[in-house]
Amino acid sequence: MIPLYWYLLLAALIFCIGLFGVITRRNSVGILISIELMLNAANINLLAFWRYLYAETGDLRGQVFVIIIFVVAAAEAAVGLAMIISAYRQKQTVVANEIDTMKG
Amino acid sequence: MTGMQILFLITSAVVLFSSIMSVTAKRMIHSALWFVLALLGVAVVFAMLEASFFAVVQVLVYVGAIAILIIFATMLTRRALEDKGDQFNRATLVTLVIVSIIFAGLVVSLKSWAPLQNLTSPLSAEQLNVGVLGLALTAPDGFTLPFEVTSILLLAALIGAIYVAYERKEKKK
Repeated sequence: MIPLYWYLLLAALIFCIGLFGVITRRNSVGILISIELMLNAANINLLAFWRYLYAETGDLRGQVFVIIIFVVAAAEAAVGLAMIISAYRQKQTVVANEIDTMKG
Repeated sequence: MTGMQILFLITSAVVLFSSIMSVTAKRMIHSALWFVLALLGVAVVFAMLEASFFAVVQVLVYVGAIAILIIFATMLTRRALEDKGDQFNRATLVTLVIVSIIFAGLVVSLKSWAPLQNLTSPLSAEQLNVGVLGLALTAPDGFTLPFEVTSILLLAALIGAIYVAYERKEKKK
């Protein structure tokens, strides 16, 4: 069988790749993709902890948390992409640095 | 090496490679397609964790909805940053260092934690029953309140998304 830390290591690697993308990408759609990768890493972690520490006792909190993260990810993607499209209409750009209307 | 371990290693190699490609790809549409492959790999990981319901939801919600949304947004914002121009800002090297430090910190902080070597025994049919989760989400002494709050959050977010992306007519004159 697979030990728990394999899953944790995989999730940590995906999270770090996503973090790298969030900080360095210039395209805002790329930033959103990286955020989704990070949320996926969190989901792997939650399900791995649920499976290895709580599944036998019938505790469902881990699974409920994953459902909530799914919903939040969907809401975040919808709002984020709507804002990117709206900003693109006004400024003809999706580069995060150039969307600076609210910069003081 | 058991069959499960080999399957896990292959899956994680695919997931890691495609997430690296989706973060570094030059064209956004390639990035989105690599992202779909990474999501499918994560669905396989969910299935290996015996959370088959979440594997299906992953394919439905992420691959079916979020990835399509991202591909649509990419196609609606095509002319920007296509091929030409740097995909990364100036902080690339610094970020690489920071991310490596964070990863090393995660690994070191997990190292001394006892349940890491935990193995599992296969779940019984009763524990694999998805109906239990459905009942827990609707039972008054279960998770009804978080479930309803998330539903309202999703509704509000979708209405907000429509409002934000709506093209107002009066601006066009």
